[in-house]
Amino acid sequence: MTIRIVHFINQFFAGIGGEEKADHRPEVREGAVGPGIAFKEAFGEEAEIVATVVCGDSYFNENMAAAVDEVISMMENYRPDLVICGPAFNAGRYGIACGAVAETVVNRLGIPVVAGMYPENPGVDMYKKSAYIIETSKTAAGMRKAVTPMARLALKLARGEELGSPEEEGYIPRGIRKNQFAAERGSKRAVEMLLKKLEGEEYTTEYPMPVFDRVAPAAAIKDIKKAKIALVSSGGPVPKGNPDRIESSSATKFGKYSLQWLDDLNPGNSETAHGGYDPVYANEDLDRVLPVDVLREMEKAGEIGSLHEYWYATVGNGTSVANARRFATEIAKELNVAGVDAVILTST
Amino acid sequence: MVHVCTIVPISLTVGANRIVPAVAIPHPLGNPSLGRDDEKKLRRKLIEKALNALQTEVSGQTVFE
Repeated sequence: MTIRIVHFINQFFAGIGGEEKADHRPEVREGAVGPGIAFKEAFGEEAEIVATVVCGDSYFNENMAAAVDEVISMMENYRPDLVICGPAFNAGRYGIACGAVAETVVNRLGIPVVAGMYPENPGVDMYKKSAYIIETSKTAAGMRKAVTPMARLALKLARGEELGSPEEEGYIPRGIRKNQFAAERGSKRAVEMLLKKLEGEEYTTEYPMPVFDRVAPAAAIKDIKKAKIALVSSGGPVPKGNPDRIESSSATKFGKYSLQWLDDLNPGNSETAHGGYDPVYANEDLDRVLPVDVLREMEKAGEIGSLHEYWYATVGNGTSVANARRFATEIAKELNVAGVDAVILTST
Repeated sequence: MVHVCTIVPISLTVGANRIVPAVAIPHPLGNPSLGRDDEKKLRRKLIEKALNALQTEVSGQTVFE
């Protein structure tokens, strides 16, 4: 019997539109759509994409509980044996949507799910425990390379076959431990590993330690009326014309801009460089991303000590974690030297 | 630092300790469907919330609803 599959994709991959259509509400279409065509080829006769559920990235993330319900009930009507989500590559909101749908399908419908994401997609950390997420490249240029292992894993799951290790199957480790028999006993394996480590040789740990990137919270501000507050944003707020040419996605730099003489942001003096959300509202009034107008008023009224004379901006759209960490280190250093007491960081 | 953002789960994942939920992805500190004055009031409210978060001692990740 043919395996029935429902596919979840966003408005972009459904061909509905880009950021200007990111508010698109969930809808269902019969058969395969967009990347579903490639899956269809990979499945051949064995499985069929009976329906595709489409949801806009912003609608989903801003109304997560309702969106999940709508998407799942649309899927249920098609009695799927398995669900495929994405692949979302390094698109953050799309990745979170895929992850949330995947988790809910497993919990509510009790059927297997395969998703696809780039390892730095925030959806990975949030949902890797709940679903099989095949590791993909950063962008849709890697669609073909993503579809093959996703389809292969989907068929295996639907047939109820035993899966290999994450490396063998190509999915991101879920942190599930599985018993197996080893040729050598544990103490011997451990000593061998230790010797390799001491020699500086390659070895594979049997129990990788999780990495938590956490910092201790800073102490509370004692007197906000004396505090110097700085504005930093990953929403791409830049002076009109984007003088540093900060990239609209995968930013490699941040900008530092003077707030001297600025009491209010408007289309004449500022805009957003961000390519990952509909820029209409930010370009109309950039205070919606970088709240200069209100903070200036509060500064004048003595409600805060002062507004730091520079703001820092980058574009947090597909930006690599390594670059983001470098920006943060450099920005924090400058803010410290400038005697800034607190930062309001805005993200879109 | 206080993180004002719409998708709180991302902020929690990346490790922000003080988080203030914002309005929407394309306009975190505004709402174009409101009039100019009401929109500014909304923005002020969010900033006041952010300043309040900065003045509050926290022992771990805290979302200021």
